[in-house]
This record gives sequence, C-alpha cells and structure tokens, in this order.
Amino acid sequence: MFHTLGRYILLIQLSFRKPEKFKVYWAEVMREMVSIGVGSMGIISIISVFIGAVATIQVAFQLASPLVPKSTAGSIARDSTILEFSPTISALVLAGRVGSSIASQIGTMRVTEQIDALEIMGVNAPGYLIAPKIIAGIVMVPLLVIYSMVLGILGGYLACAITGSIPTSDYIMGLRDGFNPLIIQVALVKALCFGFIITSICAYQGFYTSGGALEVGQSATTGVVYSCIFILFADLVVTSVML
Amino acid sequence: MIEIKDIYKTFGENEVLKGISAVFESGKNNLIIGGSGSGKTTLLKCIVGLHEPTKGNVHFDGQEFTSMSFEERVPIRKEIGMLFQNSALFDSMTVEENIMFPLNLFSEMSKSEKQDRANFCLGRVNLKDKNKLFPAELSGGMKKRVGIARAIAMEPKYLFVDEPNSGLDPKTSIVIDELINELTQEYKITTVIVTHDMNSVMGIGDHIIFLHQGKKAWEGSNKDIAHTDNQELNDFVFASKFTQAAKDKL
Repeated sequence: MFHTLGRYILLIQLSFRKPEKFKVYWAEVMREMVSIGVGSMGIISIISVFIGAVATIQVAFQLASPLVPKSTAGSIARDSTILEFSPTISALVLAGRVGSSIASQIGTMRVTEQIDALEIMGVNAPGYLIAPKIIAGIVMVPLLVIYSMVLGILGGYLACAITGSIPTSDYIMGLRDGFNPLIIQVALVKALCFGFIITSICAYQGFYTSGGALEVGQSATTGVVYSCIFILFADLVVTSVML
Repeated sequence: MIEIKDIYKTFGENEVLKGISAVFESGKNNLIIGGSGSGKTTLLKCIVGLHEPTKGNVHFDGQEFTSMSFEERVPIRKEIGMLFQNSALFDSMTVEENIMFPLNLFSEMSKSEKQDRANFCLGRVNLKDKNKLFPAELSGGMKKRVGIARAIAMEPKYLFVDEPNSGLDPKTSIVIDELINELTQEYKITTVIVTHDMNSVMGIGDHIIFLHQGKKAWEGSNKDIAHTDNQELNDFVFASKFTQAAKDKL
C-alpha cells in the first residue's frame, strides 16, 4: 500500500514539472477541458434533472403533514441537491465516464509503446499526458457541478409542476427560504477534490498498465472503483470539516 | 558513436543481460540479433534509457548517458530517433501531426516550416499525400514508414529500430531495410537495429552482435556470418534446411 501511495505521489509530482513548451501543453489542457466538460454535459443533464425531480417528490411525500409548511420540501430538496446529490452523484457518474476513458486511453498508450515513444523524444510523459487531464478535471468538474445544481433544482420544479405534489409557488418559496451560501462553497470544494481524485487515480492506473488489452480493461475498472471509494471518503472528510 | 560497457540487467531473480559490451559506429547498420528471450529488446531499451541497467554504462559520443538525470538526458534524447516494433504512432493524431509532434515541442520553426519538414520526411519514405490520414487508416508497412519519418524529423544522430520487419511481407521488409540503410548512409546516423530477420542480417548487417542467453556470443559482419564456427550462431541463422542449403552453396 505504501509502495503504491509513494508511486502515486511521485507520478503526480513528475506530472507538474516545467513543460517543454507551454503552448503545446495549453492546447492539451483545452482539448481535455472540452472532452471532460462539454463531453459530459449530456449525461450530467439527464441525471441532474431526474435526481432533482425524484428528491423533491420523495421529500414532499415524507413531509405530508399539515403542521409542516409545504415550502420546507423546496428547502430540503435544494440543500440536498446542492450539498450532496449534484457533487457526489455527478462525480460518481464522471468517474465512470471520464475516469474509465482516461485510464484506458493512457493504458493503451502504455501497452502500444506510445508512452515509450514520448520518453524517447525527451518529452516528460506524465507531464504531457496527466497534468492537462488533472487541470481540466479540477476546472471542469466544479463547472459541471454548478450546471448540475441548476438542472437539479429545475428538475424539482418540473416534478412539482407535473405531479402537483407541491405547488410550484411553495417550491420556489422553499428554495429562497434560509439559503446559506456556505453550502455552495462546500459543494464546490467537494467538486474540486472529486475532479482531482477522478483524473489522478485513473491516470495513475493507466500509466502503470502492463500487458495487453485485458490489462487495459482491468486498469480502467480498478481506476473507476478506487475513484468511487475515494470520492465517498473525500465527501465525508470535506463535509465533516466544512459543515 | 555509441559505446556500451559491461551492461547487466536483472528483473527480480532473472538476469536477462550478462555483461554486454559493444561499440556501434556512425554510418553503419549495427544489428543486434538473437533468439526469442535472448535479451535483444532489453539491451536496446537499456541503451536508450527506457530501462536502467543494473550495472554498466552507455556512452553517446563520449557522454555518459546512464548516470544522467532526466533533464540532462533531454539534449541527447533530441538526437535520438526510434522506430518501435508496432510503430507506436499516436492514434489521436494524423500522420502529419505525428511527424510534427517533436518539432512542435523542441524546435522554434514556424508552422509552415514544420509542415515543409513533415512533407520532406514523408517524401523521404515515399508517403506523400498521406498527411491527413490517421494511423488506423494505414497498412502495417505504411505505419513503419511513418514511424521512420517521425524518427528522422528531428534529424537524429542516433536511430534505434526494434524489429522493423515484424508483421511485414518479405517485399515490404526489404523496402523498410533499404530505407533504413539509405538514411544511415546519407545522414551518417548511428543506427542500431534489433532483428531476427535473416534477410536484414544478410542484406544490411554492417556490424552484427549475436546474443545468446543474455551474453554476447558472437560479433562480426554479414560477410563473416556464413563462415563462422560459432555453434549457437549457426543453429540460429541456419536453422532451416533452406538456409542450410544456401550456406552449403557458399
């Protein structure tokens, strides 16, 4: 375990060495941002709307008491969407979509000697392959989480409008009541950590792949599994420290 | 010129290379031959720094390479071109982008100059008009030629070639061998080729070292190979009845 941890830290350290040519690396960062950010918007849109809708309907069902104002459901749905559902569920989905892609891409480059080719040319392979992905991850995952929050709340509104479980005016009132901006900060700190975890762990798994196609698949699976575990662990740590 | 001195390489308990020394001169095709598992590719990887030798050192024109740090190696690496067994072209880039990749990182050329250089290299390997194709759209022989074009893009002083003929038909193999030979002679490159293709050995083997069980078992040229009394080399080179018959005719 300590061997793996040490190797992971050294790889991340190597990734952030001074680039050979900033312009080339910057182009890679932009490409990765498009791949991670724009490429994930579809799946994030779908899960966010549905999670927001389901959360609102369930909260409305559980608060079916004449003593509790109906707007409370809006407040609870807002807080749970912003604090937990949007960052964590999005990150778990991104671990599957982005993480497996990173691990298999780098793993394939390893087994087909493309990483050796980079090293022979004098290119810092971890820097060229991993750093742009990590930077793109820590920039784009928070943006995707903000996007997810908006769509989650919109999903809740749509659920109210379609099912009539809560009047939409009560839902909107609930969204506005007792809003604490700290929950946005907590969610964004979580998203930043998750972006780093997904990209760095999956890149590590891919970079140290050896063998062939089977091992590339195993690296992708291992990368996603470890990312999910560390996402949940980081979720707990950030929540307990910041709230 | 590349000089390797007393190279040992061990993986766990398995000693793959056992004290190999040799000198590879410029303008010559230096071939490393041997059976499967004899340590050819491991030796090549030790020379270029993809593996660190357990013991021994490598000198590029007198500069001790093995003990250098990553940063210290970069100037020498810029003078190295390598063709990998499976070409190792970057899948996400076109043929032209593959060739321009080292130029983008290490040269101060303008975009048009880099394109001109890429076109020149492609012309040199007879692959004009393939600039915009992706590696997946190329045949095995074409991939090798693009690999050579990328390897010579930075005008290397040292060219390393790992199994250039694997997976190619005999005619394409000869084309690749001739291309490597022409480039070596024309630019006075120090070329080191790992192969077990006997056509390459007899065709372009200016200087050959034969590895057997991790040791250098024989050294000479393609002219000497038919007359050697080294039993291991004879068993390797003249393994088939056809090659044995050809030897008997010499």
